[in-house]
Amino acid sequence: MLPPVDSTMRANTIELVCPAGSLPALKAAVGNGADSVYIGFRDGTNARNFPGLNFDDQEARAAVDYAHKAGKRVFLAINTYPRPRQWDEWCRAVDRAAALGVDALILADPGLMHYAATHHPELRLHLSVQGSATNHEAIAFYARQFAIRRVVLPRVLSLSQVQQVIDKTEVPVEVFGFGSLCIMVEGRCALSSYVTGKSPNAAGVCSPAEAVRWEESNNIRRTRLNGVLIDQFAPLEQAGYPTICKGRYEVNENVFYALEEPTSLNVLDILPELVRTGVAALKVEGRQRSPAYVAQVTRVLREALDSCLADPDNYLPKSHWMAELDKVAEGSCHTLGAYHRPWQ
Amino acid sequence: MKLSLGPLPYFWDRETVMDFYHRLVDTPVDIVYLGEVICAKRRALRPEDWLELADTLRAGGKEVVLSTLALIEAESELSALRRVCENGQFRVEANDMAAVNMLTGAAPFVAGPHINTYNAATLELLAECGAFRWVMPVEQGREVLEALQQGRPADMQTEVFVFGRLPLAFSARCFTARAHNLPKDQCEFRCGDYPDGMPLATREQQDFLTLNGIQVQSAGTCNLVRELPVLAELGVSVVRVSPQSRHMSAIIDVFARVVDGRLQPEVAAHALEAYTQGGPCDGYWHGGAGMSWRGQPEPRAYPASAGSGKADTGADR
Repeated sequence: MLPPVDSTMRANTIELVCPAGSLPALKAAVGNGADSVYIGFRDGTNARNFPGLNFDDQEARAAVDYAHKAGKRVFLAINTYPRPRQWDEWCRAVDRAAALGVDALILADPGLMHYAATHHPELRLHLSVQGSATNHEAIAFYARQFAIRRVVLPRVLSLSQVQQVIDKTEVPVEVFGFGSLCIMVEGRCALSSYVTGKSPNAAGVCSPAEAVRWEESNNIRRTRLNGVLIDQFAPLEQAGYPTICKGRYEVNENVFYALEEPTSLNVLDILPELVRTGVAALKVEGRQRSPAYVAQVTRVLREALDSCLADPDNYLPKSHWMAELDKVAEGSCHTLGAYHRPWQ
Repeated sequence: MKLSLGPLPYFWDRETVMDFYHRLVDTPVDIVYLGEVICAKRRALRPEDWLELADTLRAGGKEVVLSTLALIEAESELSALRRVCENGQFRVEANDMAAVNMLTGAAPFVAGPHINTYNAATLELLAECGAFRWVMPVEQGREVLEALQQGRPADMQTEVFVFGRLPLAFSARCFTARAHNLPKDQCEFRCGDYPDGMPLATREQQDFLTLNGIQVQSAGTCNLVRELPVLAELGVSVVRVSPQSRHMSAIIDVFARVVDGRLQPEVAAHALEAYTQGGPCDGYWHGGAGMSWRGQPEPRAYPASAGSGKADTGADR
């Protein structure tokens, strides 16, 4: 089926937005074809608050300088929800980001958006995926209140629903193209805090490392989160990190992945369709991953996007792209997730 | 403090729902939240049916609020939401920013528990948009409540979830359908077979979660009955209990009597044990893991009230 002309017109450029948890990762993203790189400060102000990851002010300055010299943009995520005692620190993070001259701030908390819009009106604001905006009316709220310039859609919409959103909003839309798959509406998931006390919303972390235990006895490996058995593995099974939504549980006397298998999102199979919806940007998940991951994924997605944009009608994902991405994917396999209706 | 009954999270047949709410008229609950909040496919009651129930409950002296979907993905869902927001008779509980946007400047509303209100600036913004009440997200505890109560916008009412299974997550995927190897679009409404959701246990048979269509709830029941005196001291306006298929009138009765000071919280806690699904939990309130259970009130100077304290039936004294 041929797309409507205006969708094809809109598809001439799509920004590739890649993650960086360190300066080497940022260089890997820039060197392999990212248009923009997103980073976070080394604290709980962002949703990938892991030990040894992210940027202090000096590193962030170096990151912005490096990317700008290469003609690329840097976005900074301050996308957790500050509680009252954290409020001042989160506001200072916004001030620091403004001083660094980042190209956009990725925010989720409405109160913090208000602070940023009031104190730094020149700053470009993106609504984080943690902002849970899954429809054009919710997006309109943030556009009206804070003049957001982009929205990152939660990974819960089908392809046709993405199209509906884009048709009804003036705000450019960014969607996820590759990476670990949150199957819950981001910003609305308290599973991690239910078990550990720490959640992506409040602490910037899902399944915090200090709550994780790996056990082995009688050749069975078990993964626990704050004592709760998330999964157990036979000798030849690949054991995954104990994320609650990727565990095996008992429901109606069956043991299975009751929520989701350990798998990664990968949209290469539907790239032309996604491009025709008129998305402005394609995002790669994984600020917690290595520079090698960032390099590999960025390179493949750049090649795929270029190929698709040049000739969407004859685009076919190359098998070596898929193989390379599966190598770095969670569970070594991939899914279209909610984009593909039967997944739901 | 007033007592509210939150929206029904489960899918019951029409007759059961009608019966459930008609019985509420004679209970001491002050506020009733009505409507489907989980899945737009659940249509055992038509919008007119909900409005008819709302009329009945209002005639019975209850404040009625119409609750709205937490996850809105389709244009059809937005149209339905708009009709609720423009109903013109009853206040609306917004559970998504789409509803907040529709209600801003149009009608006073309740910012529901699925709106992420984590700080004073967000609460102030919601007040400016027209919120007259906010429901604290379940992940928050006493520390946040204390801080937000101090600088609360004028006339803003605060509501706290004090009893029921915790709403923990929403997904595009229907987990009930998945457990039956059915796609969501052909779900056969299997969630209707589980009046209190599908239990999910770990491989060590630990009760863990509850699957309710696209929602994941806790397996245990949040119970803050021992904290009601603290909540009252902090100026909380409304405490919310969440619907379950059994013992609802008894639960409402116990909470109403504690709110009125006619029943000691400790006695109430024992009475509620018989009505609690799964184990109890109160961890979020104490700033820890939501599933944990302290079962003790925060240290405070609470005067021991008169009464035997030995009753475990929750009987009036």
